[in-house]
Amino acid sequence: MQKYSVFSLIKNAFKGHKDWEVAWKDPTPKAEYDAIIIGGGGHGLATAYYLAKEHKITNVAVIEKGWIGGGNVGRNTTILRSNYMHDENGLFYEFGMDLWRRMSQDLNFNVMYSPRGIINLAHSDAQMNAYSRRGNSMRLNGIDAVLLGREEVKKLVPMLDFSENVRFPIFGGLMQPSGGTARHDAVAWGYARQADSMGVDIIQHCEVTGFNVVNGKITGIQTSKGNIKAKKVGLCVAGSTSVLAELLNMNLPIETHLLQACVSEPIKPLLDHVVTFGAGHFYCSQSDKGEMVMGGDLDGYNSYAQRGNLPTLQHVLTEGVAMFPFLSKLKMLRTWGGVMDMSMDGSPIIDKTHIQGLYLNCGWCYGGFKATPASGWTFAHTIAQDRVHELNKGFALNRFNTGHLIDEKGLGTKTWIS
Amino acid sequence: MLNIKCPYCGMRSQNEFAYGGDATVKRPELNKEVSDKEWDTFVYFRKSPRGKHVELWHHVSGCRQWFKVQRDTVTHEIFKTAEISEEI
Repeated sequence: MQKYSVFSLIKNAFKGHKDWEVAWKDPTPKAEYDAIIIGGGGHGLATAYYLAKEHKITNVAVIEKGWIGGGNVGRNTTILRSNYMHDENGLFYEFGMDLWRRMSQDLNFNVMYSPRGIINLAHSDAQMNAYSRRGNSMRLNGIDAVLLGREEVKKLVPMLDFSENVRFPIFGGLMQPSGGTARHDAVAWGYARQADSMGVDIIQHCEVTGFNVVNGKITGIQTSKGNIKAKKVGLCVAGSTSVLAELLNMNLPIETHLLQACVSEPIKPLLDHVVTFGAGHFYCSQSDKGEMVMGGDLDGYNSYAQRGNLPTLQHVLTEGVAMFPFLSKLKMLRTWGGVMDMSMDGSPIIDKTHIQGLYLNCGWCYGGFKATPASGWTFAHTIAQDRVHELNKGFALNRFNTGHLIDEKGLGTKTWIS
Repeated sequence: MLNIKCPYCGMRSQNEFAYGGDATVKRPELNKEVSDKEWDTFVYFRKSPRGKHVELWHHVSGCRQWFKVQRDTVTHEIFKTAEISEEI
């Protein structure tokens, strides 16, 4: 594989950029693989990469119905954080934060990792108490957390509405200084390029139409490009999980819902943190291009549409304007939607299933992007070793039967609970 | 914007309604022994189909009645609405 560096950039500049190698090949599927990952999004590509890198399993195919980076990995708001209270989440996401820190070097691809800090605003004394509890839990798990007072928030984000007569005055906030953003496309492309170079076949425009299961064991899959055999198959398809589960006669604690995001027209550098509203669901950061990147609530009803509806956008941006009054002066540049695999307790599932050789990775709700490396790493371990890792032990599918829910916010599919 | 025909009030905009989820989920019978599995399935497990979906909506800013809607989860086309006691 061609290494990307300033030297290769200069060398290729002299040749008019005509000799760059393709970043990943476009192979036809083989008859059999050691493992198949269904879903060529961030999590699927990361899983393939860690299968090859950590477990030396390179005879792997990633099957993608669309194209690499066309799903949620290219539709999110690029936020990285591990500011969770429960151990299962905190330790898992913090493990991922370590992988984020060295991702550009590991992948030889600049993912534009930017640990600019994430601030959750608090709008009442009770919320400050809850944040101090969450911050303490985070620190016990080795995650950086700083409780900010009103004046400290004002210093960091002066353009917030600090007037006295607002409906939700700012009391302070909880900050994770190591939280931030990364360029989402680069994450997908970086993982795809490295996985491909180690022998993984990335098969795009190939739809899975069925599964071959014999005596409770998976033997292969049926696709629009023919049957492919494999003893291990990993499902990593986010919002399409329920569609594939139906082919397997599996019922899951998942509903597919639509989540929107939007960006404003680009403006000069203004906001150098990620900031979230504490009295509703709205968050905002500024991209390197200058756009304000914003998101919030689900559209609120089951949807596979991948495009949103205006009432929710209006609701979310009302909260945005309450937080940052200047937003009302900006024009909207783009809005888009992606379909989320909403689990019933708001936490993910990375586990084996009742079918031997079939592994499940789903339930990412609002926050799949930040989990990309940790999800890929633990899912690869689960597939390669046929047992869950300590880090994803809590993300068990049977927790909905045993009662061991991880109710970080207790939200799940029902946005109105908040 | 969805336009939903409330069986009691007629066509209204989505803003007046709240969503109540899958309408085909049946609560286990009262006064009957219920296994953990049956109860968990009722509380947490959903089909979430891609295509036609029968769901509950609440006309919360109108007549405040619950009713059923048959809607396509990809195109958002609404085929039918019905009172809660009616079959779709």
